[in-house]
Amino acid sequence: MSAAKLVIRGLSKRFAVPQGSFTALADVSFEIAAGEFVALVGASGCGKSTLLRLIAGLESPSGGEVLLDDRPVRGPGRDRAMVFQDYSLYPWLNVAENVAFSGSLRANRRRDRARCAERSRLLIELMGLARVAEAYPHTLSGGMRQRVAIARALQNEPDVLLMDEPFGALDAQTREVMHELILHVLASERRTIVFVTHDVEEAVYLSDRIVVLAPGPGRVDSIWPTDQPPALARTQELKQSAAFLNLAGRIRARIRETSGLQSDLAALRRLTGIKSP
Amino acid sequence: MRIRGALGSRRYLGIAIASFVAWTACWWALAASGWVDPLFLPGPLAVLRRAYRWTVDGDLLVDARISILRVTAGFLLSALMAVPLGLLIGAYRPVRAFCEPLLEFARYLPAVAFVPMVLLWVGIGEGSKIALIWIGTFFQMVIMISEDVARVPLPQIEAARTLGAADSEVLLRVLLRSALPAILDTLRITLGWAWTYLVVAELVAANSGLGYAILKAQRFLQTDKIFVGIIVIGMIGLGTDQLLRAAHRALFPWAASRT
Repeated sequence: MSAAKLVIRGLSKRFAVPQGSFTALADVSFEIAAGEFVALVGASGCGKSTLLRLIAGLESPSGGEVLLDDRPVRGPGRDRAMVFQDYSLYPWLNVAENVAFSGSLRANRRRDRARCAERSRLLIELMGLARVAEAYPHTLSGGMRQRVAIARALQNEPDVLLMDEPFGALDAQTREVMHELILHVLASERRTIVFVTHDVEEAVYLSDRIVVLAPGPGRVDSIWPTDQPPALARTQELKQSAAFLNLAGRIRARIRETSGLQSDLAALRRLTGIKSP
Repeated sequence: MRIRGALGSRRYLGIAIASFVAWTACWWALAASGWVDPLFLPGPLAVLRRAYRWTVDGDLLVDARISILRVTAGFLLSALMAVPLGLLIGAYRPVRAFCEPLLEFARYLPAVAFVPMVLLWVGIGEGSKIALIWIGTFFQMVIMISEDVARVPLPQIEAARTLGAADSEVLLRVLLRSALPAILDTLRITLGWAWTYLVVAELVAANSGLGYAILKAQRFLQTDKIFVGIIVIGMIGLGTDQLLRAAHRALFPWAASRT
């Protein structure tokens, strides 16, 4: 028995492509503790989204396994809710109905109805959606739509919340508001969270630990604890602190090193005839 | 006028009415000028007079009624079969692999060429008209509906699965529900084709209906009556199209409609 909530062990994933097969992930292993907030970052093509989808059970591994509470993941399930970047809300349901959607599914029928309704109401309140509870998704801004998606995922009381670049399509200001909101939600709803992002500052600000993946084929490059204060003690000023900037800078440099950008620059110099200093 | 420039609904209606009036005026002027033999091109007034006499003395309404019934029956039969099959094809790749080659082949079969076979199989009764409309619309409808279902955004499906939805729930409560506006559009578009095949069926084997009336008018060189038949079919089509568009707006206010 291990104390970890999620164990990723020797995980690999190959996709069939016209040229044969493409290895998205090769032998990835690490563990995530219960209640931990882990961010997955890495250069494009490192397989961070694939890894998240394997944890969700939306893809099946080519090798290795994902264990949730020591049981292997065989497919998607209500214990692991996912928040997508966009287009996941149901346009024919209003905000309140979207949030309550999981309660109407057969798998969740055993849940107490009154408790479900109360939980929906509280989540709508907590996510600042009370004013738009009757509105339909197409009338909402991108930021508001993501609040609904997060509320809908939390409604089902999942053990693990998986987030696939949830703020990737939002502008910088809205993203800051969402960061505060997420930390706020975390304080009242402690869950295990796996969060994929391409924004290193976002990862450092929100998470307890950052897993840097390297591309070609996707593998764990390095793991960085962020040593952040508790969720509610974090403020936007923290992002200006030397320790914060230093950590973010080092992680970004590490990602650059794994991305093969150095050889690209060498090729560019040859192309433009500029002598390297 | 700018590319993709805005146009208010009032001005849209104004331009549409102006276009209708202009074309009718051209028609009237051409017919009145005497350049064209009235046998080839009866004027608007002659057509109106014929429409009036056909309604009052004849059986225009009876013909229109029987034609509408045939189209409705054939179209509903197609739709009732095409929606579930299209849903399954759009949802499950193996079902698509099984059905698609046959459908792609069948939809290029000229429905009109099936007239002799249909007469042989179903006889000359109402069944033959319904069968011809079915042949003309079903295959196209299945393919289009399967595309409508396949276009449902993947995150909608995957979000449902991570919330605990069973396959049947994803199928009916996400895929079908999400694709409904597009399916209604598909039905609206194929309804127009159903009218085409109705007229073909009535031209070949019928003793009632608007298509049959047009054929009979041809025998007696009543070109004004042919015009009335064509215009009545056009107006029925325009009417049902507007009705379905209004239904689309009322039922699915969140979804944009295809034109």
